[in-house]
Amino acid sequence: MPDQFLFAMEVILNGLMAGVLYALVALGFVLIYKASGIFNYAQGVMALFAALTLVGIMEGQVPFSHLINAIFGTDIHHFGWHVPALLAIAMTMVVMVGLAWAVQKFIFRHLVNQEPILLFMATIGLAFVMEGIGDIMWGAEIKKLDIGLPQGINDWIDVTTFEAFGYGFFIDNLDISATIVAVILVGVLIAFSQYTKQGRALRAVADDHQAALSVGISLNFIWILVWSIAGFVALVAGIMWGAKSGVQFSLSLIALKALPVLMLGGFTSIPGAIVGGLIIGVGEKLFEFLIGPMVGGATENWFAYVLALIFLVFRPQGLFGEKIIERV
Amino acid sequence: MFYRESGDFSTTYPQDSQTFPIRFDRYRYYVVLAVAFLVIPFIINDYWANAVFVPFLIYAIAAIGLNILTGYCGQVSLGTGAFMAVGAYSCYKLMTAFPDVSIVIHVLLSGGITAAVVTLFGLPSLRIKGFYLAVATLAAQFFLVWLFNKVGWFYNYSASGQISAPERSVLGIIVTGPNTEAWAKYLICLVFVTLCAIIARNLTRGSVGRRWMAIRDMDIAAEIIGVNPMGAKLTAFMVSGFFVGIAGALFFSVYLGAAEVGESFGIDKSFLVLFMIIIGGLGSIFGSFAGAAFMVLLPVFLKNVFVGGLGWPTDLAAHLQFIVSGGLIIMFLIMEPHGLAQLWRLAKEKLRLWPFPH
Repeated sequence: MPDQFLFAMEVILNGLMAGVLYALVALGFVLIYKASGIFNYAQGVMALFAALTLVGIMEGQVPFSHLINAIFGTDIHHFGWHVPALLAIAMTMVVMVGLAWAVQKFIFRHLVNQEPILLFMATIGLAFVMEGIGDIMWGAEIKKLDIGLPQGINDWIDVTTFEAFGYGFFIDNLDISATIVAVILVGVLIAFSQYTKQGRALRAVADDHQAALSVGISLNFIWILVWSIAGFVALVAGIMWGAKSGVQFSLSLIALKALPVLMLGGFTSIPGAIVGGLIIGVGEKLFEFLIGPMVGGATENWFAYVLALIFLVFRPQGLFGEKIIERV
Repeated sequence: MFYRESGDFSTTYPQDSQTFPIRFDRYRYYVVLAVAFLVIPFIINDYWANAVFVPFLIYAIAAIGLNILTGYCGQVSLGTGAFMAVGAYSCYKLMTAFPDVSIVIHVLLSGGITAAVVTLFGLPSLRIKGFYLAVATLAAQFFLVWLFNKVGWFYNYSASGQISAPERSVLGIIVTGPNTEAWAKYLICLVFVTLCAIIARNLTRGSVGRRWMAIRDMDIAAEIIGVNPMGAKLTAFMVSGFFVGIAGALFFSVYLGAAEVGESFGIDKSFLVLFMIIIGGLGSIFGSFAGAAFMVLLPVFLKNVFVGGLGWPTDLAAHLQFIVSGGLIIMFLIMEPHGLAQLWRLAKEKLRLWPFPH
């Protein structure tokens, strides 16, 4: 087989892996949008916040040490212990549930029945607040996140493909584990929403708020639940991206990567988020590989958006979105 | 006491349809204009011009532009930053290509070019609605920023990739470049703001504005009563683009002097202008000013409190500023979703009856 073709294959495979990560972030958006009609811009910052908290807990950092030092003139930074990864993840999850509760209690309970654009603006405000709090709590420097996931090139794939085609595929172990984790996560989420009482209540709320309220489902509880689940998805996404490129501010920008995925897949569809993620992941890698060199590269920033835009012109509700029915 | 219509009778049609029908309101407007044109230029210094007045005036133009699109016509746009960049880069290209033509004409032409570009990016709005459209405008944001970064022609192949404004003058007064006096910067922006606000105010209360608002309130119903949605939406994009382009051109040439597209016209600029119109009030020209003033003054104020007042390190103050401004935005949305303009309206209602409210 020609080299170019093999190389393109490798690009497609890597694109699929990147797409899985995009889908992971997009999932968090879809969950909240379906259940509460809130377009949650803060999802990316939630991933950053979760990753920062995880690193902070694992390293035994003192929260708000920077602020405390500035006010009282002390010099504290670490407790001096290390927390094992699994325990730290559990503790971070507790923090994320607390965050979900606070978001519901202090922000969105007061904004029920407002226009969607205002809710969207509120999530941008929330993104600002969380960004600031995350930095003040744990410090703004770039951190390494290592919870023991395998890293580096997968030798087995490299050797096998080299023997088969004479060209070794470079695939990162981390991407493979991210894919596995994402598949498990989606499986768990589907099982949760199909087979548990809370999951069914969640779907009922997503279908029709008022009908759900009238059969005795607590909207308040469901909204906290859905923000917690979104927090959990954000934590997973934060771990994967954080392990890949370090925990830093740019992590919050993955929200911007997930938006075209949502447009493509439809704001209300979980399969749409996954398929959209894969299409975007492969599409942008292939475009950068084939067309990128001709136009000066770095096309990844906008290609996904333009693709989604062109797609939407032909199908305004996205790939799997609910058909838009308009009445006067 | 204030704002009373009693004794304020209109006897002709022009009197009846003037911008400020209440006499007190009209006088207040003249007083504000007089202070802005005749008092402030004499007392302004570099700090106040660069930190407060010039950014306020320029952002007010951008906010008026976005408010026409989002507040009056209901089309949410997250591409304002990139559209400002279009204005800035076309102004730069015009300034360097035609050095003999007045900068005022360049700024107006940049507005026209931006209007064309924005209308082009507005075309999908005929098919796409709501959040899908908002995200679609992000395509414009990222694509345009990438374009201005990659194509050397836009920045005249300068080594740094930056564009910097050459020195130009209006009526013999230098208005761009490093040797500009504070009052000159302030005055040229003020002239543009005043003109833009008058144009915008009159457009929005005329038939064009009523068509926009009909589309905003319910596009299908508007279509049934005979509003052409394509015409209404595209004119909104066009007019909005014109104002945003002027803002971008002034932002680059008068305020910044030198600009790099990713840094000066990134997505945070889009959000900043969106914040301004939400906090100021959607669908209100006064709200655009109020929001711009609020968002310009807030960081200045917070910086003075945290760094100047409490003596905390600057990075900590920057983080706290994030928290406070985010928190204030949320608080505003909860307490007064219609923005500062609504507070102003309420205050006027109260003043009208004051001091005998019953």
